[in-house]
Amino acid sequence: MIRLDAVLVALAVASGLGVVASQHQARKLFVQLEREQNRAHGLEVEWGQLQLEQSTWATHARVEKLAREKLGMRPPAPAQVITVEPQ
Amino acid sequence: MMKSQRTVTFNHNPLLKRDLPMWRPRFVLFALLAGSVTLAGRAFYLQGVNHDFLQAKGESRYARILEVPATRGRITDRNGDILAVSAPVRSIWAIPSDAKLEPADARKLAALLEMNVRELNDKLGTARDFVYLKRQLSPEVAQRIVDLKLPGIHQQQEYRRYYPSGDVTAHMLGFTNVEDKGQEGIELTFEKQLAGRPGARRVIKDRRGQVVEDLEAIRAPRDGEDVTLSMDSKIQYVAWSALRDAMTTHKAKAGAAVVLDARTGEVLALANAPTYNPNNRADLTGEQLRNRVFTDTYEPGSIMKPFIVSMALDRGKVKPNTPIDTSGGRMTIGTATISDAHRHGVLTVTEVIQKSSNIGTAKIALQFSPEEMWKLFDQVGFGTPLNMGFPGEASGRLRPAKTWRPIEQATMSYGHGISVSLIQMVRGYLAFARDGEIVPLSLTKLEGPPAAGRRIYSPETAREMRAMLEMASAPGGTAPQAQVAGYRVAGKTGTAIKLEGGRYVKKYVASYVGFAPVSNPRLVVGVMIDEPSAGQYYGGTVAAPVFARIVEGSLRTMGVAPDAPRTTLQLARKPGDAAQQVRENM
Repeated sequence: MIRLDAVLVALAVASGLGVVASQHQARKLFVQLEREQNRAHGLEVEWGQLQLEQSTWATHARVEKLAREKLGMRPPAPAQVITVEPQ
Repeated sequence: MMKSQRTVTFNHNPLLKRDLPMWRPRFVLFALLAGSVTLAGRAFYLQGVNHDFLQAKGESRYARILEVPATRGRITDRNGDILAVSAPVRSIWAIPSDAKLEPADARKLAALLEMNVRELNDKLGTARDFVYLKRQLSPEVAQRIVDLKLPGIHQQQEYRRYYPSGDVTAHMLGFTNVEDKGQEGIELTFEKQLAGRPGARRVIKDRRGQVVEDLEAIRAPRDGEDVTLSMDSKIQYVAWSALRDAMTTHKAKAGAAVVLDARTGEVLALANAPTYNPNNRADLTGEQLRNRVFTDTYEPGSIMKPFIVSMALDRGKVKPNTPIDTSGGRMTIGTATISDAHRHGVLTVTEVIQKSSNIGTAKIALQFSPEEMWKLFDQVGFGTPLNMGFPGEASGRLRPAKTWRPIEQATMSYGHGISVSLIQMVRGYLAFARDGEIVPLSLTKLEGPPAAGRRIYSPETAREMRAMLEMASAPGGTAPQAQVAGYRVAGKTGTAIKLEGGRYVKKYVASYVGFAPVSNPRLVVGVMIDEPSAGQYYGGTVAAPVFARIVEGSLRTMGVAPDAPRTTLQLARKPGDAAQQVRENM
């Protein structure tokens, strides 16, 4: 009788410790997940900002200004255009 | 002794052998019983009856519902270039009663918020529970505020919309308000699609406010969908800059330009002037905000003429070479007289369009009944909104045919007494560019072929009208300045007198609607310049050059092969030749 009791108590204690351990594990993993999700969000945000920056640099007005003033480009005169017919 | 002691049990202990009245143990027993019944009852009440309420109360001490933000969809042009994107920003708010700042901290905070200390203290001195200190700060600045670790100062994440192309695409895109909800333009039209739906989740927070456990996701966040416009940002830029330059040259009050893809009915560009910068709307006026392409209707003038002449061709009433006597420039209907700006004698139908004769057009129009003319205008779409979902779309004004007097029928044929919006007019010209058919317009990029169109004219009629309109844009027509190097163009000028308070005043709207290349139309372009006041006011001299610039730039961008021999081009570009002398009528 006493032996059975001892076994049951041991089992109960073991399962109790198991619950504590797995709870702790779950919290740790959750914190990790949280951190990764934040990182993903941060990267998403950065991507948006980079896209914004790229399209700001690529504004047509800016490109035209640079092409004309810095690179000395201009639209070709009609006589300079040669049209290639697809065969 | 030892033995006897061992055998004495508790009950037989001689020390306890005392006579007690019977009620005493009974009373104690009863009291204990009553106590335990009360406890059991209470326990049952708490655990059984009131369980859910208490559970919820307890949970609310540590469980919190957090909102998971969702981003608004991006708007891109047809080639995927970003036109509008939401970037996260932070708003700083405070609970004034908690925010007891040291003067040094207040100075630091004020510097980061770019406001002076007095202003900040005023905000923190209010009796309210909640006050925004500053909205839409960049995340970097917000982080530095977090690092100050000030009591009672909190922040929340929000999104702000950025428009990299700024004033170029302002009227097409519209803008959102501080809550990131669409207010104008595409942002409002496609609000449902663009708007994200924030999610929610329940979490457990510890004493320091850190999330320790996710209980459940109540709702997953759904990011807004991206919208791909039919707009081509290169063509848009070309249209916008051509319009802007014309506005300056002609000191005009306002202007608008729209470019359609003739094959699909997609709107490739839509520009307005004056415009505004959607990224900084501090001092915005209604004039700047107006999207004239959709919301303004005006009496279009001569650009209306091809519709009625085409109907006459279609029904076989006239042929391109039928002579029309324009009576030396004046014609009387009832008590009113209409006139041409320049006297012409007998003109062919082609020449009526080419030289834009009011009398010639009116004579052709009067061969029809008012009902027939009304039906044509209705089919082309005048008088009914396009229902593209664009905010503030105007329907224009087309009165029922029964109320038309003959003089009105005559003036309507050349675009007076009827009002339309520029987009309606340009859409109508699809009939000429597309072999007699009008297709529904689209603001978004089409993946398949356009929806079924509506046939207005036969393909032969459309071809004949294209030839006439090409002549109108050639030397000898009203708009030689519409010519483009390398491409054949066709179109019609309009110079309408403005109606103010029921009277015609000496103010003009110059317009030009045309298409190119004529051999296989790809673009339909409409230009409208309101009140040009630098001397020139004819559609052929004010609006046609804008058309030419837009067509030239757009066709090059699209890589359309030139269809005009080069020799004639040099001629067209030379100013001051015979073409200049041909002026147009109203």
